[in-house]
Amino acid sequence: MSSTTLSAAASANAARRGNALGRRLLIAAAWLAFAVFLLLPLYVVLSEALKLGFGTFFEALLEPDALSALKLTLLAVGISVPLNLVFGLAAAWCVSKYEFLGKSLLVTLIDLPFSVSPVIAGLIYVLLFGAQGVFGEWLTEHDIQIVFALPGIVLATIFVTLPFVARELIPLMQEQGTQEEEAARLLGANGWQMFWHVTLPNIKWGLIYGVVLCTARAMGEFGAVSVVSGHIRGFTNTLPLHVEILYNEYNHVAAFSVASLLLVLALIILLLKQWSEARLSRLKSNAAEE
Amino acid sequence: MSRRISPVIPGFGLTLGYTLVYLSLLVLIPLGAMFVHASQLSWAEFWAVISAPRVLAALKLSFGTALAAALLNGVIGILLAWVLVRYTFPGRKLIDAMIDLPFALPTAVAGIALTALYAPAGPVGQLAGEFGLKIAYTPLGIALALTFVTLPFVVRTLQPVLADIPREVEEAAACLGASPWQTFRHVLLPALLPAWLTGFALAFARGIGEYGSVIFIAGNMPGKTEILPLLIMVKLDQYDYTGATSIGVLMLVVSFALLLPLNLLQRRIATP
Repeated sequence: MSSTTLSAAASANAARRGNALGRRLLIAAAWLAFAVFLLLPLYVVLSEALKLGFGTFFEALLEPDALSALKLTLLAVGISVPLNLVFGLAAAWCVSKYEFLGKSLLVTLIDLPFSVSPVIAGLIYVLLFGAQGVFGEWLTEHDIQIVFALPGIVLATIFVTLPFVARELIPLMQEQGTQEEEAARLLGANGWQMFWHVTLPNIKWGLIYGVVLCTARAMGEFGAVSVVSGHIRGFTNTLPLHVEILYNEYNHVAAFSVASLLLVLALIILLLKQWSEARLSRLKSNAAEE
Repeated sequence: MSRRISPVIPGFGLTLGYTLVYLSLLVLIPLGAMFVHASQLSWAEFWAVISAPRVLAALKLSFGTALAAALLNGVIGILLAWVLVRYTFPGRKLIDAMIDLPFALPTAVAGIALTALYAPAGPVGQLAGEFGLKIAYTPLGIALALTFVTLPFVVRTLQPVLADIPREVEEAAACLGASPWQTFRHVLLPALLPAWLTGFALAFARGIGEYGSVIFIAGNMPGKTEILPLLIMVKLDQYDYTGATSIGVLMLVVSFALLLPLNLLQRRIATP
């Protein structure tokens, strides 16, 4: 009896010793994968951008076409993210607070844009609003331009980033349930007061997390925007499209300079994400302790 | 878990109505319009477009490289998730934070960066060239670009599941005489499989449709390194809306035909 316990302990020890070596190997492999797949591309963007020094780097960033691309990108993000934020709140509210027929179908449909190619996201708006599209004739008659203009870019951006906020909020709000809201109502709060003072503080960090992800994708969207933009330099070029044009003109230093601006924005987004995620998990562990 | 319908919480009609209108106007009706547009074609016309050798080659390439990338991520993802959840080591927090870089970085930036790396003159491309291996402008380059863009999916779906498996389970297996590999194969893998499949499916779906990161490194040779989304773009540039729509419909139908069984399988394993 005791001998079997002993041998079991010995084999567990041996396993642990084997684990120490395996552990080091695995950590080394993870570092290697990280360096090759994530750090190298980062390094290349910066080194290519600064190849000819800071002068050409800033020149590429301050050029009028680059600035107008930056403005258009910010405008598209500024319109599409708030719209998807409101949608995310509404969708998460009805999915998490009520039971109704077809709820799981609705959740699946909200996720649909994630499984559609961005190029198809652009294509469908061209089919609707393009010159030969369903509404093409009517739009031309009324002199409204959607495709190859800002509205098209915004529509395509909204499509590809639609699920982000809803997706973050739905599980969070489902977990939180409806008790606190019910208490607020019973204490005489109206719907708006309940939302503002009870729901919003509870979901704040999840909401910020969703908005950060949504902003990242909206800022960098390429395929969908590329289809509907028409690539008119200085007018319908977003920053990622500007990078493409410069690259295809073999103006690599300028392309990587603009790319490094996007890279810095991406790193800021990662920091914001990390921060909101930390707050969110602290909130969750507090809730678990209670 | 059954939750009572809450009559005291207001806003059901408003939020559901808004959700449905927004979703319909921006997603469902435009996507439906594409299918309506395609249904106006005769079967022969549709078939003529999608059976062209150039389209079939792109179809094979897109799905093949997306599958390869998802599988590679399946392996790297387990490694990274395991190391990040189970071990503490210098740089753990940095790696954990940076895993999401491919989601935050615009795909066009990823595209030109990877091309610069893997092109014959680039640092990695040169090294590979000495071994007679060409990466950029080949399907291998496309698969690597897709691996980069979809890297976070498997890691992020596995991490919470791994964190929830108590260590005692593995220790028990070790005490019963299982080797680390046996423990992994017979104890951990079955518990991880549903989440792994979810991550795999997400990466696969994203890889099929990915455009920005691929077109720079692909070289875009018709029939050789031309992906399906690019082919839609080419047809659109030629004002061939019939062609673009047909390929779009083909792509959606094939992806759903592949992803649906994957989802069903995942659900079946997850709920024994």
